[in-house]
Order: sequence, then structure tokens, then C-alpha cells
Amino acid sequence: MDISWYLALSAVLFTIGVLGVLLRRNAIIILMSVELMLNAVNLTLVAFSQALGDVAGQVLVFFAISVAAAEAAIGLAIVIAIFRGKLTVDVTQINLFKY
Amino acid sequence: MEPDLLVRLILLLPLAGAVFNGVLPLFMPGLRRRETLLGSVGTAVVALPFVLAVYLFVTYGGEPVVTTFFTWMAAGDLSVSFAYRIDELSLLMTLIVTGVGGLIHLYSIGYMHGDPGFWRFFAYLNLFIFMMLNLVLGDNLPVLFLGWEGVGLCSYLLIGFWYTDLKNSAAANKAFIMNRVGDFAFLLAMFILFRELGSLDFDVILSEGPGMSQAAVNWVVLLLFFGATGKSAQIPLYTWLPDAMAGPTPVSALIHAATMVTSGLYLLARLSPLVLSAPGIMALVAVIGATTALVAATIAITQNDIKKVLAYSTVSQLGYMFLASGVGAFFVAIFHVMTHAFFKGCLFLGSGSVIHAMHHVEHEVAHHGKGHLDPQDMRTMGGLKRYMPTTRLTFLLSTLAIAGIPLFSGFFSKDEILFKAFEYGYDGHAYAWFAWGVGVLTAFLTAVYMTRCYVLTFEGRPRWPLAETVHPHESPWMMTVPLWVLGFLSVVGGFLGLPGVIAHGELNWIHHWLAGEHGPVAEAAVHGHVPLALEWGLIGLGALIALVGVGLAWQWYAQHGLAFDARLKERFGRLYRWAAELYHVDDFYRATFVRLVIGGAEKGLAPFDQRVVDGLVNGVARMTRGLGLALRYLQTGLVQAYAVAVVLGVVLIIALMLFGS
Repeated sequence: MDISWYLALSAVLFTIGVLGVLLRRNAIIILMSVELMLNAVNLTLVAFSQALGDVAGQVLVFFAISVAAAEAAIGLAIVIAIFRGKLTVDVTQINLFKY
Repeated sequence: MEPDLLVRLILLLPLAGAVFNGVLPLFMPGLRRRETLLGSVGTAVVALPFVLAVYLFVTYGGEPVVTTFFTWMAAGDLSVSFAYRIDELSLLMTLIVTGVGGLIHLYSIGYMHGDPGFWRFFAYLNLFIFMMLNLVLGDNLPVLFLGWEGVGLCSYLLIGFWYTDLKNSAAANKAFIMNRVGDFAFLLAMFILFRELGSLDFDVILSEGPGMSQAAVNWVVLLLFFGATGKSAQIPLYTWLPDAMAGPTPVSALIHAATMVTSGLYLLARLSPLVLSAPGIMALVAVIGATTALVAATIAITQNDIKKVLAYSTVSQLGYMFLASGVGAFFVAIFHVMTHAFFKGCLFLGSGSVIHAMHHVEHEVAHHGKGHLDPQDMRTMGGLKRYMPTTRLTFLLSTLAIAGIPLFSGFFSKDEILFKAFEYGYDGHAYAWFAWGVGVLTAFLTAVYMTRCYVLTFEGRPRWPLAETVHPHESPWMMTVPLWVLGFLSVVGGFLGLPGVIAHGELNWIHHWLAGEHGPVAEAAVHGHVPLALEWGLIGLGALIALVGVGLAWQWYAQHGLAFDARLKERFGRLYRWAAELYHVDDFYRATFVRLVIGGAEKGLAPFDQRVVDGLVNGVARMTRGLGLALRYLQTGLVQAYAVAVVLGVVLIIALMLFGS
């Protein structure tokens, strides 16, 4: 199959992820959207790896997945910590770094 | 031994001494109290070059030795090397600088004993010797100028050595700033020489310099002379030298009597062929020298501070030397530089010894609650000969030498100057008559004020409070040995330049040495020779003036003491007061230049600094602050706002990559 299909799917997934990060207010949904973006990228990596006959792209995917797992764990921990303090996970309510 | 190596050693030893005395104690405070070590090292690095210079002197073969270290500046046509030159003139000056300098270093060990700045003092002194050697040994004008500025710096540091007293710092500033005025002229002279000749080496200047257009020669010599008036304290730039007495006394002896202040004479002697080709300027040199000699001598009579008397005397004697240069007798000027280094060095060191002793008296008197006295004021001295025999004897010998008593060193050099002026006048140069007349009058005044100084200090009765119980003491051997040596030299030093009447000048060693066939110093050609009988008559006149001057002054002051000053004041009323007030030259400078500069700074520069400079600096700060205040509203703290910015940025970059060129 032509590689452009995979790339198109990846672009769609990535865009959904970006919109999710920008538009949703729930911090957990935002984290999920980030995962979506990461996996969209993983998809392109696998697609190029297959098309070029080079295994390096697939190795990178493993790295990305393991780093994403760690990031998700830390992200969730932070969200829970914030929730304990503010009793909300709405990011518009969380502006600790305001000027 | 190789002359090259010796020159390097002569130059670098004092520098090494300055580093040892000045840099090491900075990091090792314990070293600062090791006076014996610091003092002996400081003295050795000057004494050793003296020995080397003597060796060079003895083995000198008549051909100048030029030693090149490395190229200092190379820009376009200009190429200046660190090149040093050994010839008759620089050898003689090196001997004076290291010889007298070494003695004064030894003396300073005793004089500066117990001063917390002992190490600093020796570092400055060593650095001064290094700079002075650069000045006299340099083979081109820039190296000479380096030394010229270097000695000025050391002079500044040493005048203001006791810098906690604001008066001393002010004196140091005055010396430094007045010298800069002269140095500006010196620089201009160098620029002209480079434009005309394309080189600043002495060889080129001396061989091609006289071939420049008359206007260029005149300007160069005039500007060089103006530079020399700064360093050598001549009218109009002489007022810094008396103030320079604020420094420790060995400094007055070394820098402000024996070495640095004579560098103007050295410069003229070094470039003597050039100076001789500007006869108009020579007349100016002679007239200014003679006038300075007279003015300073009259002021010296009215001074009561022992060091001020000697300071004005130095200005006066320097005037004599310029008088000699102005009538084309440069070697005589250098001869007088040498004898003056001996007797004025001895006089200053003697006065230092006196001040040292009077400090003790001051402490005792203050201890008994009888108030304070000024240890430098001759009005509180008197009768010191009982307590300080060595100081007294050497002071007396050098007083007789400077007064020009026959067979003492000052007699020969001063008489030679007067004779040369007379001879030049006889040859048809009218201005030389003026110089001669003023010189004779000044010779008399010199004898008077120096005798006054000696008698008021050492003869008569003690005038300090509690004179029966409080007695001053003779100084330690470190101080008296240099006194003896310099005293001896000031007696016999004159035999190096016996006058022309004896064996037709065959025995005038200094003339043969400096102005002989291959000697570096030129002299004015004289056609109409003075008859021998007249020559003898002039020598007799010189001797008579000195004897009468000393005799009269001795009688006056031994008999009447201080009361005679009052009588003088009565007799000469306005003139005396005028001289005592330094002819208002200082006041004039203060009223014009100083006020002009300070007024200009206050009215013009201070507002400029406050409004424009500060405004610019503060404006930049205010602008940055305002920008920050405006931009901080971007920091909303909302993650999504930042994310939008990131996305927009990424989109922008991608757009640029896709569509931008």
C-alpha cells in the first residue's frame, strides 16, 4: 500500500491530538491528547521504516513508547497532586505561574 | 663580558627589584616587615648596575654600542625598537643615576625605618631607577619618552607617598598635571620629527634633522624645550617642584634634585646638533634659564622651610644648566648636572638627616606638653652642629660647593657656565650678555641663601622649646655613609672639568669625554676668543663673588640670626614680600588655569554628565523596565495559551520552510 495513506492517517491523528490539547479543559483529556500526538508520530516512524527498509525508525518507536509511558505516569501524578490542592482538574482554573 | 648582556642586566636588575619589593609583599604580608631584606635587595639591584656601568665605562672603546631587544611598534613606515645605546653621554648619566641612586637607596633604609610603607617605597624607587635608565639609555625618542613618562609616574607615586594627607596628594597631582602640559609639547615635537624624517632613531634625527626646513627645526626645538621646562621645572612650569617636597626626603634628593629633573638637560644635550641649528630658540632657552635662576634664587632667600630653600635652589641651578645649553655649551650643562647631583644630593640627604633628628625633638617636646613644632622649619632649629657633627660637616662642604667657593666642585661647573655665556656674548650674541649678567647676580644670591640656610640650621643657639633637656641625635650609619660619599664627591667632583685657562683646556676631562671629536654632544662654534688675562679675571670674579656672598651672609646671620630676615624685609619691603609670596605665580595659575578648568568642569561638564550621560544610561534602564512591564501580561499562567503560541510558532516555521524562498 502507498505510504501516503499512513501519513495521512498520522496527520489526522496528530491534528486531533493538537486540537484536544488546545481546546479541552480536563487535564487528563489533555494528557490523552498528548499520547495521541506521540502515537501519530510513532505511526509515521513505522511507515517510513517499512518504506525505506531501515529498522532504525522502529527502534525509535520503542524509545518513544517507553518515554511516553514514563511521562504519563509523572503527568498523572502531577494532576493528582494539583487536584488534591484545588479540587479541580480544569486547566483554566490552574494558573500558578501567572505574572 | 659582552656589552649586550651588561646593558640587559643594568636595565633588568632594578625592574626585578621593583617586582620583588612591590609584588611579592602584596601576596606575602609577612614580608612587609622584613625591612633589612627588602632594603638590601632594593639597594643591591641599583648598586650592582653601578658596578656594571663602571666596568662598561672603563672598557669603553669609543664606539657607541647599540643593543636591540625587540621591535616595539611597527606600523606603516614607523618602526620603533626597544633599542638601547651606550655612548659617552648615556654612560655618564647611567653612572650618576645608579651611583647617586644607590647611595640614596642605602640612605633610605635608615630614613624610612619603621614606615609601614617601607616595601612600597623601595618598589617605587627601584621602578624609578629602571625608568630613568630607559630615559638615558634609550636609542630612540619613544623609548626615551617611555622613561620620561615612567619617571613622571614614579615621581607622582613618591610625592604622594604619604597619601593619607590630602596636601601630599594635591602636590603629587600638581606635579603630574604640570608635567603633562610639557609632555604634550614633547609629543608634538615627535610627531613633527616623524613627519619630516620618517624615523625617531637618534642616528637619523642627528644626521638628517639639521637638514629640515628652518621652520620645522625651530618648532621641534621649541616644543622639545617646552617639554623640558615641565620636567626640569623652568618658567613657566616650575611651581610643581617646591610642592614636590611633600614626598619623603630621599625622594627629593634622588628624583627632584639629582636625576629626573635633569632629564630635560639630557634631552637637549642628546639632540644638541639639532638645537644648535635653531639659534633663535637657543636665545629663548638661555633667557628663560637665566630668568628662572634669578627668580628662584630670590624666592629661596625668603623661605623658612629647609627643604623649600633647597627646592628653589634646585630650580635655580637647573636654570643655570639651561643657561649653559642656551649658549651652546651642552657639555657644561651636563657637567653641572653631575656636580649638582653630588652637592644637592648631599644637601637634601643632610636636610633629611636634620628632619629625622628634629622629628625626635618634636616628639619629646609634644611629650612634655610644650606644643608642636614643624621639624622642617629652620626657625626652630639652630645650633645643631653640636649634636650632628657628620651631618653638619657634609652639609657645610656641599654648601660651600654650591656657593662656588674655589676648588669645590660647584666652583668649576658654575664658573664654566658663566665663562661660556661670557664667551658667547664676546662672540657677538647679545642675549648671552644678559644671561651672563643675571648668572653673576644669581651666583651671589646662591652663596647668600645657602649660607643663610646652613647658619640658621647648624650655628648659633638652639631655638626649639626645652633646648636644655631635649637633644637631637646623629643619624645611623646607613644615612651618614652616603652623606660622606656625596660630601667627598661634591668637594672633588669639579676636577673632572678644569677650566680652559689651565693647560689650554687639555685637563678638562668632561669636555674631551662628551664633546670630543667623536663625542655625542655638540657645542657652539666660537670665533672671537676671550683673551687669557680676561679669562683669569672672570675666574677671579667668580671666586670673589662666592667668597663675598658666603662671607657677608655668614656675618649677617651668625650675628643677627633670624633678626636679619626682618631687617631684610624692612630694607627691601615690597620686593621681599613679593618674593616671599612666590611672585604670585602660583596665585596667578590658581586664579586663571585652575579656576578655568574647575569652573568649566562645574558649569559645563557636570551638567553634561548629569543630564546627557546619566540620561542615556538611565534611559536605557527605564526603557528596558517599561518593555518588561508591558510584556509581562503575556505570562497568563494558562498552559493552553502557551500551547497556542507554540502551535502558531510551529505553523509559522513550517509555512516559512514551505513557501519562503
